[in-house]
Amino acid sequence: MGLSLTKILYMCIISVMNIIEIKNLTKKYEKITVVDDISLSIQKGEIFGLLGPNGAGKTTTLMMLSTLLKPSSGSAVINGFDVLKNPLEVRDSIGMVFQDPSSDTVLTAYENLKLHALLYDVPMKEIDARIEKVMTLVELNGKKHDIVKKYSGGMRRRMEIARGLLHEPGIFFLDEPTIGLDPQTREHIWQYIESLSRNNGMTIILTTHYMEEAEKLCNRIAIIDHGKIIALDSPKNLIASLGGDIVVLRGADAYIDENKLSFKVQAKKLDGCLKITLKDMNKNLQELLNNAKSVEAVEVHSANLNDVFLHYTGRDIRDENGEEETDDED
Amino acid sequence: MRIKKTLKGLYAMWYREFKVFQREKSRVISSLFLPLLWFFIFGGSMGSMTTMGDNYKIFIFPGFLVMTIIFASMFNGAYIVWDKKVDFLKEVLIAPHSRSVAFFGKTLGGMTDCLLQSYILMFIGIFLKIPYTPVSFLLSMFLLFALAIGLVGMGLILGSFMDSPEGFGLISSLVVYPLFLFSGALYPLDKLPAWLKIITHIDPATYAVDGLRNVILGTSTHSFLFNLAVIACFDIFFVIAGTWAFKRMKL
Ligand SMILES: Nc1ncnc2c1ncn2[C@@H]1O[C@H](COP(=O)(O)OP(=O)(O)OP(=O)(O)O)[C@@H](O)[C@H]1O
Ligand SMILES: [Mg+2]
Repeated sequence: MGLSLTKILYMCIISVMNIIEIKNLTKKYEKITVVDDISLSIQKGEIFGLLGPNGAGKTTTLMMLSTLLKPSSGSAVINGFDVLKNPLEVRDSIGMVFQDPSSDTVLTAYENLKLHALLYDVPMKEIDARIEKVMTLVELNGKKHDIVKKYSGGMRRRMEIARGLLHEPGIFFLDEPTIGLDPQTREHIWQYIESLSRNNGMTIILTTHYMEEAEKLCNRIAIIDHGKIIALDSPKNLIASLGGDIVVLRGADAYIDENKLSFKVQAKKLDGCLKITLKDMNKNLQELLNNAKSVEAVEVHSANLNDVFLHYTGRDIRDENGEEETDDED
Repeated sequence: MRIKKTLKGLYAMWYREFKVFQREKSRVISSLFLPLLWFFIFGGSMGSMTTMGDNYKIFIFPGFLVMTIIFASMFNGAYIVWDKKVDFLKEVLIAPHSRSVAFFGKTLGGMTDCLLQSYILMFIGIFLKIPYTPVSFLLSMFLLFALAIGLVGMGLILGSFMDSPEGFGLISSLVVYPLFLFSGALYPLDKLPAWLKIITHIDPATYAVDGLRNVILGTSTHSFLFNLAVIACFDIFFVIAGTWAFKRMKL
């Protein structure tokens, strides 16, 4: 009786409180600061994205939130528990899919999942049924008794996502969940992540450098660069904050005479092109082009998160990523 | 509740270790091949050069029971380095258990591996005319069990400090062979010069070899209980040190 009352009370508190509360979180290695004074709150049921280029500090942040790495300073409270003071309770509240594969390739998928279920104290009688359920979700149930060594990279990824869900965590961390997956599987995983948050009220924090993924999936996004949060809002608001659509003028010497325009534009010189944020595209495009010089080709698209990133950092997120999918949407 | 959870966690880690062991049967067989080779070739040829004759083989047999444990425990430690490399260790360390549970789980798994190998060799000993009695057989099993706790712990400690498998190879050759050679497995220790004797005194394997000789052959430097007590002290030391090493281990 007393127990259930405290439990109800606790649930009430959690539901008003933010399920994740990060304050001034910092990680330093010797002299370099990898995560730099991050503060943010995440509500229950949110799909929250950490978006940033390679080396931005996304993984390091998740490692600190999951108690595997000690912060140099600052604090994080997860599900009401402090990562430094109550690491066991924090770990009990979360599920995690690591960026790099972390399953045992000598074991079968079933054995990997069973091991996980035992580690997380899933009731013995339920283990097999749950393994069947999550493996069906990722469409691997027929292959669950295969040795993981024989899986392809994408199959292993799906298996590890299934594993992270096995103990039905309230908070789920996904570090680059769809890296290396084919578009179809990726779409599939997205749908699944969405349904988890919608139907189970699961809070999801994922890292990605796929703009499309962040835009489609996340309620809110923190753009990180060099360990700092440089923008935080819903994808819609972030894009709207640019105040226009994007015109790309190709040509090494492409140039626009801003003084002659009857409206204001933001122009950024990039490698071999000029990227312009333009208000009222329909009305202003002609005038803009009339005042452009040395242009070889023109591209127009509605603003996306990549443009947001460029706006805040002066760099293209893909500059540091090597190959990356294109995001021509219109 | 907490206890049940912890036991399940320990079982989980043992389960994994045991499955790996099952999949690597060839490793188990080859691990028995080496001591048997020593037994026949080294034991046979050295025996004919001494006054002991065939008794020499029997004299050195306990050393090989200990040898399998030394090798297997260090191999088990090396496995941690591998776990770190393939990131499997993260999966274990992110589970809601303390680091000491992780250490004990690993110890249980490693001990299963070591002891199965050593016990199979003991059993083969019956056909090699090792003069067991039922009591000496059981006491030997018990002593090997005690030895395995400490040595597996030691392997895990070394593994927890290592980052690359290459480094581990170096350490284990600086640790494995000295442990074996200073244990008196191959020769009576009383003929050694004094400074080398000191090393034999800090080698836990020395007490295991002596204790086994006590129960199997009836000849030894110390009593069985004394040897067992010393090994127990090593065990306590390595378990405490191992829990500490796992707590400070970084990924
Ligand atoms: N142990 C370490 N010692 C020193 N520097 C480190 C260590 N671990 C990570 N770093 C540095 O921290 C920075 C952030 O790394 P992190 O893995 O968090 O980036 P990320 O945002 O996850 O990148 P990616 O998209 O490539 O996964 C990198 O510059 C990396 O070199
Ligand atoms: Mg990363």
